Amino acid sequence: MVGHQETVYDALDHAHGGEGHWAFGTGFDEPLAGVDTTVPDGVDATDLGSYCLMLGDDALVLAQRLTQWVTAAPELEEEVAVANTALDLLGQARLLLARAGSVGVLGRSRTLATESVPDEDALAYFRDPDEFRSTGLVEADNGDFGQTMARLLVAATVRLAVFARLRESRDPVLAAIAAKGVHELAYHRDHAARWVLRLGDGTPESHRRVQAGVDAVWPHLAELFTATDVERRLVAAGVAVDPADVRDEVREVLTTVLDRATLRVREWPADTPPRGRLGEHGPELTELLGTLQGLARQHPAATW
Amino acid sequence: MSAPTLDRPTDEAALQRQFEATIAADRRVEPRDWMPEGYRRTLIRQIAQHAHSEIIGMQPEGDWLLAAPSLRRKAILLAKVQDEAGHGMYLYSAAETLGADRADLTDKLIEKKQKYSSIFNYPTLTYADVGVIGWLVDGAAICNQVPLCRSSYGPYARAMIRVCKEESFHQRQGYELLMTMMRGTPEQRAMVQDAVDRWWWPSLMMFGPPDDDSPNSAQSMAWGIKRHSNDELRQRYVDMTVPQAEFLGVTLPDPELRLDPDTGRHRFGAIDWSEFKAVLAGNGPCNDERIARRRAARDDNAWVTEAATAYAEKHAGAVA
Repeated sequence: MVGHQETVYDALDHAHGGEGHWAFGTGFDEPLAGVDTTVPDGVDATDLGSYCLMLGDDALVLAQRLTQWVTAAPELEEEVAVANTALDLLGQARLLLARAGSVGVLGRSRTLATESVPDEDALAYFRDPDEFRSTGLVEADNGDFGQTMARLLVAATVRLAVFARLRESRDPVLAAIAAKGVHELAYHRDHAARWVLRLGDGTPESHRRVQAGVDAVWPHLAELFTATDVERRLVAAGVAVDPADVRDEVREVLTTVLDRATLRVREWPADTPPRGRLGEHGPELTELLGTLQGLARQHPAATW
Repeated sequence: MSAPTLDRPTDEAALQRQFEATIAADRRVEPRDWMPEGYRRTLIRQIAQHAHSEIIGMQPEGDWLLAAPSLRRKAILLAKVQDEAGHGMYLYSAAETLGADRADLTDKLIEKKQKYSSIFNYPTLTYADVGVIGWLVDGAAICNQVPLCRSSYGPYARAMIRVCKEESFHQRQGYELLMTMMRGTPEQRAMVQDAVDRWWWPSLMMFGPPDDDSPNSAQSMAWGIKRHSNDELRQRYVDMTVPQAEFLGVTLPDPELRLDPDTGRHRFGAIDWSEFKAVLAGNGPCNDERIARRRAARDDNAWVTEAATAYAEKHAGAVA
């Protein structure tokens, strides 16, 4: 490359790290490169992979929803915060989808994705909505900023409670993903809680709007605390967390925040079957996946 | 800044001499130092324009965030767009050290009283545009900005050091995407060439009008705000980019582009300045859309900022 030594930025580039200077999650290695992905004794690999899809799909879908706020957020600080939260969740999704792929849980995606597409992308881009295991909570449209923060508060509170327990999982990969994720999720929960406080106890308009946001999010709690058969078997094997076990903690955190925010705490919804975990979704997910997957599916033989 | 008060001259002529001595000695002017009004105004204008460019510049690439074709590419792009928001923040802060106010500058942007780099008024038609923006647009921005790390105004110079580090990183990521696409399918290679065809000339225009038609340049150079002329920086950019294009395997869309064996520099064709002026005047493909999105972010969320202010006032003095 003739003359390259003389470029104005070249020295800067070398002075600051060269090839190793890639931001986290943007390097060339696949997410689980170098990790021992052996399935622990007595654990069903298909169950483990399906559970990783549940946790991974929640993160992927919520990351996509938060990303919709980028260039539309109330303040530049919030642009940074919302992008950061989305990046954290995207990172969690990549690890979890890669873990599912590592134990051979790929659904129908491999019939559509070419060989060169890594597992995480096969799962993210080449599964149809009925193969997703996310919950209605993360799939719902954003609504306004108040509703978005109310949803993030609920989602981060539930996920943090689950991840804190998952650090003890018998699957070392899942335990490591959880150990990393709790720090991120604690920040997400804190960030959302601060906004719910400001909006709840801000102006009459913000109070009204964030109350409406909380009320819109609340019914989605119904399907979050019922375990699927997959989860029950994995709880018995010491791998998964029973969602029913985190219900009290979630209720306490949400009640505390909403009380302090001078918001009304609605009656806790009765448990329903975990529809999203079983692959039943509304049109919001289909639309979200249409945008997420469109380009990758147009060029199934491409590498990016 | 820490000099005893007794040493500080108070009459304007003496202050002016001290300012000129600072510039002549290539030292930095700091926020509390005296500075001529013209210097302050020029800096606010330039830094605000630069900050606006970072924030508006989030949009063309941001349009691909939801549709990025792999999770790794999505993470890279999200991190990059987030960096741009961060750059906007440092730069607005630098402008605030001169007495400007971020909200007021944002209003001026939305009311089209202040400009941003006209490059961001072009649309991003394919995913190759994300790579080409990283390679060419960030590459041109780096050529413009590295000398600003030595700008005479301290806060601006320091902000630019951090901005340039991150920009050089973005440029490499863009180039790496293009390398990957050039190794991909024929459709991907065609996308890359098409994007290069569309972005090459606008990227040359990023250096501003030619030196003989750049009214503010001489004063900015005398003040040490600017270090090199527009044409000089443009030439460096071309010289730097041509070998990179060859390595990538794309053709730059200029039949007159060739290496001058006598000077070792590249000669290139005439730039269509009427297009530059039209886009700058607001008639580019996406000017209205870019400003409308910024306006919507401000107006649709005004209730959120009002609430945050009201909450802060209610809880002033309380420990968070």
